[in-house]
Amino acid sequence: MKILYFAWVRERIGKAEEDIDVPASVATVAELAAWLSKRGEEYAHAFVNPKVVRAAIDKTHVRPETSIRNAREIAFFPPMTGG
Amino acid sequence: MSFAVRIQREPFDAAAESARLTKGRTDIGAVVSFTGICRADEKGEAISALTLEHYPGMAETEIASHVEEARTRWPLAGVTIIHRYGRMVPGEDIVLVATASAHRDAAFAAAEFLMDYLKTRAPFWKQVELASGKVWVEARSADDLAAERWNEKSAAE
Repeated sequence: MKILYFAWVRERIGKAEEDIDVPASVATVAELAAWLSKRGEEYAHAFVNPKVVRAAIDKTHVRPETSIRNAREIAFFPPMTGG
Repeated sequence: MSFAVRIQREPFDAAAESARLTKGRTDIGAVVSFTGICRADEKGEAISALTLEHYPGMAETEIASHVEEARTRWPLAGVTIIHRYGRMVPGEDIVLVATASAHRDAAFAAAEFLMDYLKTRAPFWKQVELASGKVWVEARSADDLAAERWNEKSAAE
């Protein structure tokens, strides 16, 4: 699964994207964030306050409880500050 | 009908974009053009530059979906949205929202609706350069409230 990171989530993790084999037991966006945060200090730092981190599946905003089944691309990022 | 969303690094010409919306048309009575400009301060601290990061692909589709939403709410003859990314200095234009309609009510409302949604839903992130270093701009709860009031309006209708 392709995972993308933006802004300070990207900076904390230290990479913009990666391909990861996610176990089938990880079912939702929130579970994926929790699973990632156990991969190392940099991930734990990025997801230290998981409620702040937003997500998109295949370039569409999703909620923490959304299933990641069939997702090709999942992005994690802070609240948006464009405009 | 002219509906365009552009995500680009290059500067834009707001006046030329508004003129393009009405060129050859005699049914458009109102154009509202909003330009967001890079200020020289963030929360009272001087900044030397601003860098906008974005999610390529999602930025275009997310903004386009809100243009479609605006078209279902108001009788619009045209919309142009341009959002820049990359590094810019105070005084440079960041974003343009231009809306065209027969009458001003729709053009004003649609421009405000689109800006409110751009602020909270379009995947862009601002980082400013302060004397003390680079800092990510924090999202403002006032922007969330501004976007949410459009949901209340549709719920009340």
